[in-house]
Amino acid sequence: MSISKEQMRDIYTRMCRIRAFETAAKDLFAEGKIYGFAHLYLGEEAIAPAVCECLRDDDFITSTHRGHGHIIAKDGDLNLMMAELFGRYTGYCKGKGGSMHIADRTKGILGANGIVGAGHCISCGAGLSIKIRGTDQVCVCFFGDGSTNQGTFHESLNMASIWKLPIVFVCENNHYGISMSQDRHQAIKDIADRGAAYNVPGVAVDGNDPVAVFEAAEEAVARARAGKGPTLIECKTYRQRGHFEGDPATYKPKEEQAAWMAKDPMPRFEKYLEENGVMTAEEIKAVKDGVAKQIEEAIAFADAQPYAPEESAVVDVYSDINAEVRER
Amino acid sequence: MSKMMTYGEAIREAMSIRMREDPTVVLFGEDVGAFGGCFGVSAGMFDEFGPERVRDTPISEGAIIGCAVGSAATGLRPIAELMFNDFLTVGMDQLVNQAAKMRFMFGGKISMPMVVRLPAGAGTGGAAQHCQSLEAWLTHVPGLKVVYPSNAQDALGLMLTSIDDDNPVMFFENKCLYATKSEVTSFDPIPLGKGRIALEGEDLTIVTYGRQVYTALNAAKELAADGIKAEVIDIRSLFPLDKDIIRESLEKTNKVIIITEETKRGGYGGEISATIGEEMFDLLDAPIARIGSLDTPVPFAPNLEQYYMPNERDIVVAAKKMF
Ligand SMILES: Cc1ncc(C[n+]2csc(CCOP(=O)(O)OP(=O)(O)O)c2C)c(N)n1
Ligand SMILES: [Mg+2]
Repeated sequence: MSISKEQMRDIYTRMCRIRAFETAAKDLFAEGKIYGFAHLYLGEEAIAPAVCECLRDDDFITSTHRGHGHIIAKDGDLNLMMAELFGRYTGYCKGKGGSMHIADRTKGILGANGIVGAGHCISCGAGLSIKIRGTDQVCVCFFGDGSTNQGTFHESLNMASIWKLPIVFVCENNHYGISMSQDRHQAIKDIADRGAAYNVPGVAVDGNDPVAVFEAAEEAVARARAGKGPTLIECKTYRQRGHFEGDPATYKPKEEQAAWMAKDPMPRFEKYLEENGVMTAEEIKAVKDGVAKQIEEAIAFADAQPYAPEESAVVDVYSDINAEVRER
Repeated sequence: MSKMMTYGEAIREAMSIRMREDPTVVLFGEDVGAFGGCFGVSAGMFDEFGPERVRDTPISEGAIIGCAVGSAATGLRPIAELMFNDFLTVGMDQLVNQAAKMRFMFGGKISMPMVVRLPAGAGTGGAAQHCQSLEAWLTHVPGLKVVYPSNAQDALGLMLTSIDDDNPVMFFENKCLYATKSEVTSFDPIPLGKGRIALEGEDLTIVTYGRQVYTALNAAKELAADGIKAEVIDIRSLFPLDKDIIRESLEKTNKVIIITEETKRGGYGGEISATIGEEMFDLLDAPIARIGSLDTPVPFAPNLEQYYMPNERDIVVAAKKMF
């Protein structure tokens, strides 16, 4: 096994950070402090931290509408994230993006995305740029099961394959696209199988087991860095909440929900860490306490931030031209 | 019979009326089945008509619109729902190069009786990729008809007509109007290309459609307090456009403000304005005023989103400049 104890602790810490952030976001949305949409990563925490553990700071990721977990895993700033969810001027996107559009170019985060299937193509562009600029960076493209029915998924896998682009396609198969269960939206079980159509290696792993995800990602990232082309990793997981906050998700069978809750990645990994002598119960508690404090601070930070001045709406449409302000 | 209905219920009612009468009418789109659609518009239709005719699709907008094209060409009268009009981008080839052009390219030998439902508009915090008003993209395409109701009665009557039409009809629905209730007194189709006078007045004409009808009505109230009687025209269908109703109003008022929710540059408001300028110039005794959203993507933060959208003040200010 190639994963070190230090890496496991790091992955666990990030998983905790995501769990705490998303739990807070759920409550804040219910209280009306977060406007718009909130698609939460609860239940899928094992994936992005394990994948991003294999990345360097200068590597890229593309994300989705369910992006908070990806951004936190790639070291996104919690304060700036929370301020953006609050729609504040000093948030990640000056209040213009919100939950679905958080990006941080300095950390290689090429943006959460409101368009299902858009990230696949953007990752091809990042991969092409890496190739032409001649660096050994890698781009990880995160996406959901539902998005693999968009043409863009297929176009991107093919292009990445023929050009041997340094991309790791990470499918978070949470078994639903909104209300459509996977067995209703596609006639295959393993999305990893779709790699074969494009001569891209495809592996399916237990997406609630960060060690399994890490091992698959480590190999795929090494392959991409070595110029050998893309890999498709399918992580099987479950969306514990509704599609977005406010969706009662009555379409999910109770037994299915219960079976997956029993496989919740958090307690499962904690048990693993303790049993394998990686972390003690006290150390685990210390991580949780530390993370809880970070989230509290992020909320306090966000709450204290100013709203954007109205005229700020007209800047950043272009690099060099502002839209006209309104005279009101 | 008179009935209070929400805008969303009226759309559902019209689709259900035609589906009961005509087995070739079908509805498909993402989560339109048992889930009832992202905004609940098709709630209950799955139970009534079954999974064959109220059909959930994968997330594949190209294939969704393509299925409308191919099934309309071969004997069905499909209604395709895009969850948000913003996702038109993904299905645009099937719409613009296929649906809109087939009749013409094939020398009039094919019919294209399809409806595409397009939830649109800002005000929900959906930000830049979920809140656009893209109607001008479609009015620009010969071969497409474009409809945009503002209330339950019009939504019902226009949906009936849209389903009956042998051409592709783009049916815009404003997300913020879904839950608004109004009276429905007729279950008859409303012809496309016939506007409606939402408020009578003789001093100033406000031409609009969709949710901005309410902005115009609110502004008209404010203006009335200052003794300016505004007439509000809800054009209801963008193409075909009811030029007569605009002309008749201008004959009285000689002044016009056009307000639409789209970003102003290249918007359909510009087409209305150009039409008035070209064909009704003699009736004007003040420059045409045109109001829209800012020429920016839709911002997320609530205060920015409000600033982005046009409001009553913009109309009042423009009107006062005319007197
Ligand atoms: C092009 C496009 N079509 C539809 C949607 C609406 N939508 C948002 S998320 C979603 C489901 C996505 O499912 P999946 O890819 O499995 O991701 P998950 O939500 O399960 O993480 C849909 C249909 C969208 N945002 N963009
Ligand atoms: Mg999914």
